[in-house]
Amino acid sequence: MPRMNLSHFEAAFLFALFASVVLGVVTKRTDNERLRYGAYCFGCFLAALFGLAWLMKLGHG
Amino acid sequence: MATQVSKKEPTPPISMWAAPVIVGWLIPGGGHFLLKKRGRAALLLVSVTVMFVFGLLMRGAMFHPEKGDLLTTVINYGGFLSNLSAGVLYLLTTMLGYAQPDVAGHVHDYGTKFLVTAGLMNVLAMVDAFEIATGKKD
Repeated sequence: MPRMNLSHFEAAFLFALFASVVLGVVTKRTDNERLRYGAYCFGCFLAALFGLAWLMKLGHG
Repeated sequence: MATQVSKKEPTPPISMWAAPVIVGWLIPGGGHFLLKKRGRAALLLVSVTVMFVFGLLMRGAMFHPEKGDLLTTVINYGGFLSNLSAGVLYLLTTMLGYAQPDVAGHVHDYGTKFLVTAGLMNVLAMVDAFEIATGKKD
């Protein structure tokens, strides 16, 4: 079986992407709402990703 | 003194939702496909399957229902149920011997999380299929 090597950022980015698609599809009632909610979730994931990354960088000095 | 009587919604008959939920468990998005929501079915199928396959390619570990202290039991049983929720993806992986033991490393760790999350996302899809089948949602 082939092996996949991803950086922290790549893995977290893909995780955010797939999770946002599913959350967008299953939560809202119209396609427009789904698209907006999926994009919102993706934005939140990325904001948390960058926020925590900076927090860890600053925490480590 | 006014008393509040909570009105319970009648439970929908099992024949109404069993097929979409079971097919949705076995094949991600299958329940939506059965309910003629093809676009959403395709998105769920691709997202959950790709997430699961990426988890496998990253050499993520599958959980086994093992008992230990409280935290170990919760993690192992919870992880096992989440893995099992991926349906046929999990069944094929374990039957064909692609389930791997836990190893140290950030890529493997992400892989394990991808595998667990793929199962959890399929649970959300099953709940959505249930709501559509019972008429609670369009």
